[in-house]
Amino acid sequence: MEGTDQEKIISALKEKFEGEVLQVELLYDFLTITLKKDQIISIIRHLYDHPDTQFQYLTTLCGVHYPDLNQIAVMYQLHSLQKNYRIRLKIYLPVENPVTPTLTTVFPAANWLERETFDFFGVVFEGHPNLKRILNVEDMIIFPLRKEYPLEDQTREDKNDTMFGR
Amino acid sequence: MEAKQQVTDQLPPEEKQYSYLNLGPTHPATHGIFQNVLKMDGEIIVDAEPTIGYIHRAFEKLAERRPFYQITTLTDRMNYCSSPINNMGWHMTVEKLLNIEIPKRVQYLRVIIMELSRISDHIICNTIIGQDTGATTGFLYLFQMRERIYEIFEEICGARLTTNIGRIGGMERNFPKRAWEKIDAFMVDFPPALDEFTRLLERNRIFMDRTINCGSISAERALAYSFSGPNLRAAGVDYDVRVMNPYSSYEEFDFIIPVGTNGDTYDRFIVRQHEMLESMKIIRQALEKVKKEPEHIYQARVPEFVLPPKEEVYNNMEALIYQFKIVMGETDVPKGEVYHSVEGGNGELGFYLISDGGRTPFRLHFRRPCFIYYQAYPEMIKGTMLSDAILTMSSMNVIAGELDA
Amino acid sequence: MTTSQGSITSNVNIGEKPEGYEGAGFFATSLDKVVGMARANSIWPLPFATSCCGIEFMATMGSHYDLGRFGSERLSFSPRQADLLMVMGTIAKKMGPILRQVYEQMAEPRWVISVGACACSGGIFDTYSVLQGIDRIIPVDVYVPGCPPRPEQILDGILKIQHLVETESRRRRESPEYKAMLNTYGIE
Repeated sequence: MEGTDQEKIISALKEKFEGEVLQVELLYDFLTITLKKDQIISIIRHLYDHPDTQFQYLTTLCGVHYPDLNQIAVMYQLHSLQKNYRIRLKIYLPVENPVTPTLTTVFPAANWLERETFDFFGVVFEGHPNLKRILNVEDMIIFPLRKEYPLEDQTREDKNDTMFGR
Repeated sequence: MEAKQQVTDQLPPEEKQYSYLNLGPTHPATHGIFQNVLKMDGEIIVDAEPTIGYIHRAFEKLAERRPFYQITTLTDRMNYCSSPINNMGWHMTVEKLLNIEIPKRVQYLRVIIMELSRISDHIICNTIIGQDTGATTGFLYLFQMRERIYEIFEEICGARLTTNIGRIGGMERNFPKRAWEKIDAFMVDFPPALDEFTRLLERNRIFMDRTINCGSISAERALAYSFSGPNLRAAGVDYDVRVMNPYSSYEEFDFIIPVGTNGDTYDRFIVRQHEMLESMKIIRQALEKVKKEPEHIYQARVPEFVLPPKEEVYNNMEALIYQFKIVMGETDVPKGEVYHSVEGGNGELGFYLISDGGRTPFRLHFRRPCFIYYQAYPEMIKGTMLSDAILTMSSMNVIAGELDA
Repeated sequence: MTTSQGSITSNVNIGEKPEGYEGAGFFATSLDKVVGMARANSIWPLPFATSCCGIEFMATMGSHYDLGRFGSERLSFSPRQADLLMVMGTIAKKMGPILRQVYEQMAEPRWVISVGACACSGGIFDTYSVLQGIDRIIPVDVYVPGCPPRPEQILDGILKIQHLVETESRRRRESPEYKAMLNTYGIE
């Protein structure tokens, strides 16, 4: 992505949402913007409609658990097919209460992606039409991809952990 | 269908009785395990509720436990019909993180392998569409060609299906002579076989009647649901990651992107047929380009991150030390976040990797195209009949391993 | 076409003849052997294919490694009409009850072959969501390891199943040992 494209995107963002931007980085040639969590949906809607950016394709969204910061980040990755820009937006939510509004009003594709993030990390998306577990069994109580939970099923008795360095 | 709709529409809403049909996880062996509960008004589908997760193997959690070179075996098992594409995508992601520059010859070899596996993926999808409409012959005949592709992979890496092909930084060994012979023989034998299959189905009246206007989706809805790959191209949008964000020297190749108009099953079938022909074109060009490069190059020479050749490990002290450091995880992996995507058999397959300098990733998220576009399935089958729903599902090429990861 | 060594029609051996007493127009042998031979050469499999091993099964069903020549030409997707449950691929814990239900719907005599490392023992997926081997919920007769096993290995497993079918005693399914074994799985 060239310098002028980045400036266009950042200025389009700063037109209305100057105060929400916490950090702008260029990681491996990919514009990554960390934002405050309150107005993320309006920001994405603004980037969707703005003629300079036109981010009208949702590539992916996922969650990341940072145990030392005690926060869960939600990462949105958008793509503008008309201009061939890609952008990554990150918001940080506290682990005790990870709540954020849903993106399904802007992109219907976010439906299952948010369910997957809820399933793995416990992030509650307000306004989601059907927020229940999608990949794990329905009656699971923990959120398995958080760092404190182990990978293996602790009740199995046929695998010897000491031999396999777990 | 319009006449029947009129009869049932005349009934007042409270008198309509819907029946629920469970299109359960145990399908006939072809599609994979996911469940749909269909709410049906006679033979017409009114609503559908999909349930997935029956083969959830926790790839993303498992990836946090495996060193970078062991995650290739996990990526194999996502879209297992075209595993080499997943492997190459992962290797390119790590090479992006480590800033490794790949020599041209390795890039051309990767292109050959990826296009062969794309052909093998599309063979499965198209022959299964044929089988679901009742034409099993195409499946049996064209699977012979898939066996030839498997033999080529076997010559290169030793495995047929879950290939674990290549290493971070290149290939594990140079292609043997028999592999080149088999690729050349395949290039001669495949076009007539594909032509035979095409003549069986492409202008077949029964097939066209079954598949035209079956499970169609418009370009706007497809983009809203973040479709990618042949499903999006059949709807009319020419988005191909190989052209938009070229990787592994795809910008040097000359190929077109086939695009449909209606977004229905017939368009998806035809788009995949033409993509197979385009893949053949790309492989032919790659074979020409490889001949011009020096023959002995098969990996990048970055000793800190790329495993040295085994002959040197047994004879040379530095190579032994590097081998030990890489395998035991003592190398200094840079910290950072990187995203790389490749054009998989089903669409944009992306890898979002966060590394914290350790031996294993801190977080690895797979952007799986099947998972994202299968959400649109209830919308695509609303108002169609049950047999059309089966055809739509098989034409979308939903692979359970990629859906659930 | 015929030579002195034997023509194309005389060297073909379709099946081994069981031991018995033979005469003009009749062949007498024990019921066990005839029923065993008939059952072994006409097994109707139920392909319970979940993941990558399912694709290798498709290759086994194809013309190159033809499974049909062993009598398994007709695949049955309904458990009521199937003899052999072929579990191919990873079984997650969410899928376990469904596998169990399919097994219970099969009628005796039924056999189970577990194809692939994931079905045998969980494979490389030692995670919280994968069942570490289907023999935790249903009894298994033959295990075919591999990730995925080559079609030749799958055929080898089916030949072993054929041997089991041929040599099984007619009274095994009512015997108390068999019922006790089913009870350990909680199946009546």
